[in-house]
Amino acid sequence: MERFTKLTSTAIPLPLENIDTDQIIPARFLKAIDKKGFGENLFKDWRFHSDGTANDQFILNNPNYTGSILIAGRNFGCGSSREHAAWALKGYGFKVIISSFFADIFKENALNNGILPLVVIDENLHNLFKAVEENITTKFQIDLEQQLLKQVDSELAIKFEVDAYKKTCLLNGQDDVDFLASIKNEIEQFEQNRIAV
Amino acid sequence: MRKTLFDKIWDQHVVKNLPGGRQVIYIDHHFIHEVTSPQAFAELKERNLPVFRKEQITATADHNVPTKNQHLPIEEPMSRKQVTTLTENCNEHNITLYGLGHEKQGIVHVIGPELGITQPGMTIVCGDSHTSTHGAFGNISFGIGTSQVAQVFASQCLILQKPKKMRININGKINPMVTSKDIILFLLSKLGVGGGTGFFIEYAGEAIESLGMEARMTICNMSIEMGAKGGLIAPNETTFNYLKGKPNAPSDSKWEDAVEKWKQLYSDEDALFDQEYYFNADEIPVMITYGTNPGMAFEVNEKIPSAADSKALNYMGLKPNEQLIGKKIQHVFIGSCTNARLEDLKIVANFIKGKQKAPGVQALIVPGSQNVANQIKQEGLIPIFEDAGFELREAGCSACLGMNEDKIPAGEYCVSTSNRNFEGRQGPGSRTFLASPLTAAAAAIYGEIVDVRNI
Ligand code: SF4
Repeated sequence: MERFTKLTSTAIPLPLENIDTDQIIPARFLKAIDKKGFGENLFKDWRFHSDGTANDQFILNNPNYTGSILIAGRNFGCGSSREHAAWALKGYGFKVIISSFFADIFKENALNNGILPLVVIDENLHNLFKAVEENITTKFQIDLEQQLLKQVDSELAIKFEVDAYKKTCLLNGQDDVDFLASIKNEIEQFEQNRIAV
Repeated sequence: MRKTLFDKIWDQHVVKNLPGGRQVIYIDHHFIHEVTSPQAFAELKERNLPVFRKEQITATADHNVPTKNQHLPIEEPMSRKQVTTLTENCNEHNITLYGLGHEKQGIVHVIGPELGITQPGMTIVCGDSHTSTHGAFGNISFGIGTSQVAQVFASQCLILQKPKKMRININGKINPMVTSKDIILFLLSKLGVGGGTGFFIEYAGEAIESLGMEARMTICNMSIEMGAKGGLIAPNETTFNYLKGKPNAPSDSKWEDAVEKWKQLYSDEDALFDQEYYFNADEIPVMITYGTNPGMAFEVNEKIPSAADSKALNYMGLKPNEQLIGKKIQHVFIGSCTNARLEDLKIVANFIKGKQKAPGVQALIVPGSQNVANQIKQEGLIPIFEDAGFELREAGCSACLGMNEDKIPAGEYCVSTSNRNFEGRQGPGSRTFLASPLTAAAAAIYGEIVDVRNI
């Protein structure tokens, strides 16, 4: 897994609540057997009309909005457990998703792919949306080590929480498989003890 | 003491505590299917790791399979590739596969219970959010992502943060014509799609205890729709009777011991929950959804709230203050891991017996498994479906998520017994009303949404 330490970028706002993984990547694109190419189909049915033409109203089709940070409404990533949603966001180029709430499985999936799901309180989320609305070129800096989200050239600084174990994983570019493989003996011991009971 | 049912099972599965609060949790059984497993197998290969406990894995093909002519090769090349990749991976790693054409094939959450693989007290995972279904047997079951599928392949463990505990108590007697699907849609309408996030939910109370296993599965199935990690129900005689004699249930000599152990699986009287709700069964009516998430649900005869989400109503082609009763529909889908078991299909058959579907309505019945398909044959339900003009298909996920050919065309309405009414869930532009098998059957007969209590 890639390491994640610091990022400075502009952000793309998507102020909708309960964005489900069926919207992030519709089921008909789940037929691949590898992780590649999902970025093209990110938010497919919002980005494109049914006749295949681009929907100009959708923010990802507005060339003025760029960046590797997505700011989204509450309960982002609800619904299906498909990790393809995380692969699609990553494939498209997002490295951080900011919301006031993430659905449980999505959050794990994001972390397991080196995407930081960054939780802020509703009031701060509102402020972030406002900052981008007022100035599209607003830049944000995310420092995982310090657990700090800052608006560049502004006072706005938000301390965020992140699971201690997952933080170490992200900073070192390690993942759970590496760790679990390293404790194989303990797992076997656990199995033995259970049989004995 | 003072332990909840959830605590009891969880604590028995802790392999190791990690600094910062996460725990290594042992997984008893792992179900896999063709859509969320190929990348996990690829990951193992990349890292040169073997599958750690192949006996604890069961595979089936369900999401992507056609529901017609399953004896023929799959036509669509991408779907075929995914299903053959599953077969190759299972062969390579010696994993039990109930693939297409196998008599035990079916939707992963339907076959686990009916084969008796799903048992009380276990931890069960699958790369699928509706793994919560299995919790109906009093175990900890939840959906995982593909990276986690790889973790379980490699170690039979996951690194997790213990969720908070919620209990939803439903006391009293359930109203006539109200099914367990109505109960869960009612809870969704009260708690919302985020209401269970961070929690594992125990369903309890007289109304829940009185439900059969299949009805319990419908409720636990949709726990994920509230954002919960999963849902579970303490096992009782109903659970034990269901499991007895199932192919993978403990055999004769081990049965008594197993039941003795399972009888310890309940929340202690003074157990503490982080959150608790109380409802009375008599306040639960016949329900239906009107919007684009399962929380946008109400009593079937209500008017759409004037403050309803306008994006959702736009998508659905509905207006505030409009009533759904009398709304013309073009499709009925009776299927999915929520409502495609024998009991569900019996409810449908009972209702439509001697009646005819409305002209212009396509009514699809997709059994949850080959086993269910056999059961309905034995019960003599097939002629009833055929005479009423319903189309009976072969087992799979089908129009629940429209990965195969079974899609609802853009702009058309479908009353569906599945679990998600998201935009495009049943095919691009499809418009879904989630309801019980009874309400769906009635919609097929009348060609419009009706209140089954008035028939
Ligand atoms: S029937 Fe629907 S919800 Fe159930 S496993 Fe299949 S796709 Fe998922």
